[in-house]
Amino acid sequence: MAPDVQLTKKDFASDQEVRWCPGCGDYAILAAVQGFLPELGIPPERIVFVTGIGCAGRFVYYMNTYGIHAIHGRAPAVATGIACARPDLDVWIVTGDGDALSIGGNHLIHALRRNVNVKILLFNNQIYGLTKGQASPTSEEGKVTKSTPFGSLDHPFNPVALALGAEGTFVARTIDSDRQHFASVLRQAAAHKGSAFVEVYQNCVVFNDDAFVALTGKETRVRNQIRLEQGRPILFGENDEQCVYITDDGTLGIGATAAVAPERIFVHDAHHERPGRVFALAHLSHGPKTPTCIGVFRDVERPMYGELMQRQIDEATERLGEGDLTRLLHAGDTWEVA
Amino acid sequence: MATRIEHTVEEKEGVVIRFAGDSGDGMQLLGDRFTNATAILGNDLVTLPDFPAEIRAPAGTLAGVSAFQIHFAARDIVTPGDSPNVLVALNPAALKANIKALDKGGVLVVNSDAFVERNLEKAGYAANPLEDGTLSGYQVFEVPMTSMTLRATEHVGLTKKEAERCKNMFALGLLSWMFSRPTDVTIDWVEQRFSGKAQLLDANLSAFKAGYNFGETTELFAHHYAVRPAPAKPGTYRNITGATALAWGLIAASVRSGLPIFYASYPITPASELLHELSKRKNFGVRTLQAEDEIAAAGMALGASFAGQVGVTGTSGPGLDLKQETIGLALALELPLVVVDVMRAGPSTGMPTKTEQADLLAVLYGRHGESPIPVVAAYTPGSCFESALEAVRIAVKYRTPVALLSDTYLANSSEPWLIPDVESLPTIEPRFATAPNHDDGFMPYLRDENLARPWALPGTPGLQHQIGGLEKEDVTGHISYDAENHERMTHLRQAKIERIAADIPLLEVDDPSGEADLLVLGWGSTYGVVRAAANRAREAGHKVATAHLVHVNPLPRNTREVLTAYRKVLIPEMNLGQLAMIVRSRFLVDADSFCKVQGQPILTHELEEEIVRRL
Repeated sequence: MAPDVQLTKKDFASDQEVRWCPGCGDYAILAAVQGFLPELGIPPERIVFVTGIGCAGRFVYYMNTYGIHAIHGRAPAVATGIACARPDLDVWIVTGDGDALSIGGNHLIHALRRNVNVKILLFNNQIYGLTKGQASPTSEEGKVTKSTPFGSLDHPFNPVALALGAEGTFVARTIDSDRQHFASVLRQAAAHKGSAFVEVYQNCVVFNDDAFVALTGKETRVRNQIRLEQGRPILFGENDEQCVYITDDGTLGIGATAAVAPERIFVHDAHHERPGRVFALAHLSHGPKTPTCIGVFRDVERPMYGELMQRQIDEATERLGEGDLTRLLHAGDTWEVA
Repeated sequence: MATRIEHTVEEKEGVVIRFAGDSGDGMQLLGDRFTNATAILGNDLVTLPDFPAEIRAPAGTLAGVSAFQIHFAARDIVTPGDSPNVLVALNPAALKANIKALDKGGVLVVNSDAFVERNLEKAGYAANPLEDGTLSGYQVFEVPMTSMTLRATEHVGLTKKEAERCKNMFALGLLSWMFSRPTDVTIDWVEQRFSGKAQLLDANLSAFKAGYNFGETTELFAHHYAVRPAPAKPGTYRNITGATALAWGLIAASVRSGLPIFYASYPITPASELLHELSKRKNFGVRTLQAEDEIAAAGMALGASFAGQVGVTGTSGPGLDLKQETIGLALALELPLVVVDVMRAGPSTGMPTKTEQADLLAVLYGRHGESPIPVVAAYTPGSCFESALEAVRIAVKYRTPVALLSDTYLANSSEPWLIPDVESLPTIEPRFATAPNHDDGFMPYLRDENLARPWALPGTPGLQHQIGGLEKEDVTGHISYDAENHERMTHLRQAKIERIAADIPLLEVDDPSGEADLLVLGWGSTYGVVRAAANRAREAGHKVATAHLVHVNPLPRNTREVLTAYRKVLIPEMNLGQLAMIVRSRFLVDADSFCKVQGQPILTHELEEEIVRRL
């Protein structure tokens, strides 16, 4: 739909000074989001950003849209209320790995299973930044931080696998510094009807610098980025010399393209009804140190929660007639006193 | 056909009956149906259900006893009655658990079929109380309810187990005869309830009629009783529980504000009834959402409020604890939110089906930081309707979270309720912001004459704003760590709530003699017992004044005046003196407490004794 007025990036930027640490990946994400939103043709007043607590939480103040900076972990709950009350709004959640996967884990999975119409951007930097550097639920095992001086004992979450496990209808992963890839994933997320979950690998320069260097480094990225493309065999490397293929035991593995029979090479299908195939893709690596998939893992259709809620109201009204308070108060046994 | 016995009819001013049986015996249903027949007859009434937390505790044990008490009278009454005059016990456990409460010389009707060795043993009776003389102080009527129910339903062809389940209808029939209740109300209900289920319809009707006819034809009962209708204000009445009244009050608030209700809640006893009732009312535009947890429920309701609906979340004690952080956020965002707390006995899981009013300090002071919120407390089942409307009115007008307190007793109890005229209900003006309110654009924290900030809905062009839990700069709403600004905002939030005192009724005092020394001050569900106990004390020649708080925060603006006009102030509460603590600290009044925390309402005679003792 063409917008009435041509919107620009400026229309989505608030007058607030942006205050993240110099070099933070959040700057790139903010610029990408503000740069992308005009494309949607939705005026800023119809967009609501909801954030939780953490560095990502500040995002809301920099957007010239409606916004709530909520409490720790609860952004999906608040956003669910907004999206269900007002299906006409475009609701975005910005969250972090601690906010979404630790204190707010429950709300995240329930928003995904309900397919509430919200777009969720999870800035994953694998560390608690705002509280100055403790291990997060995505920090790797053995990670040495202030709260884990002898190494973290916790097995990390794989956010994409978690979202797929919750049967999210749209699940993707992208990288803060890759503006083009980021915008393309954002575009697909925005077009999706229902919950769209996007994990963004986001570099924390202060507490966890270069956590994603395998995927972002000039030399390393070409070896480690597995870019998912719908309907295409999954090949990667400088000259597609690597591939993802179905191994003898039925799981997925990485091999040399030349050494794998072409029919064994895995073809990506984000629209497959069952999440099992892409779940295997999500587990090709556990943490971004080795070849890791980025792009849209899953994109399927399911009715949106807010729409279902409205439909029930419409159907009840059709069946029972529009609510009449006097009739309700007098329903059942009543008696007169003269 | 049995011979018809002539029974004398004895007129009674009022009667208290308690039905007790196994939780699987349908005692609540029996009580409910008896109540409806009583209401239609025009008696004033108050009921008190009392059931175990376990859905099906082991049959026949004390833990599984479920009871329902009804007080009905030919005059205005306000409590469910201290002790029953009549106890109907369907098994030995029900007898054992309730006999202590029965008035000396009271009527005891037992299902004699249930008094077999196995049941006696389960109830902990060494000997059969029907035979060992322990019940000689009561008028005992042994009725073989189970076998007569089986015989009456024989022709239907149900299994024995199914047929036995109709014995509550037999008991209802018998009691309907004993107390001259109309039968057509019950018959109509049975026909409706079991329409399309011919066998169950036949069996339940047969059991009901058999019970009624048993009373009429047996020589067991010398007389039966009649209680004349109570005088009441003219109008149309219905029987209503506090839970239903509260849910309908929310719907009324929706109708009178033009704003949809968004009710998000997590299942919890005794608040789940609200979710059930509201979920049925989607044709009123009510959105209900069973959230993943208590915190989510509060967050969803708050989100809905931001989007322009009336966000409401309902819970009980344990859930209240979890919602406190979100209440704090609503307070900082200055958005409407109604938090219903149907209080139950705590702490922790406590006694989920038992009543208490011990969450007052939690709603007032249970959050970190200075976080004042208004508190409205319902005081009778019917008042839950107007209290819900009032909570929404305050929440919307002042853009604030409001705690609406009810309790287990109010939620489950019922009373006749004069149905209000919808047009006479207060209207609620949302007054949404539609245009910038300042030369420099939209200022989300630029306040109106009530200190309320503008409520600007997403979708309104030019009013985009970003707000959160971080301290905000006065007027602009931008994040601010400025020392003086924080102090100013803290005072503004406090002043906004205090100003509501100008917008609520004065505290009314009932002091018929005008010479009382003692004021009994109540809040919440003690309303009935305060009135009843004061009336009894007055009948005995004492001078007592009473007053009852509906708004507990802010307090009515004449509260100090009222309190200081009496030499003594007594505050009865189902907690360890929470209102008393507030009154003492706020007004330096040496208020005295009467506290009861047994999971049961305060009884009239208990409070009457406390009043007299202090005179």
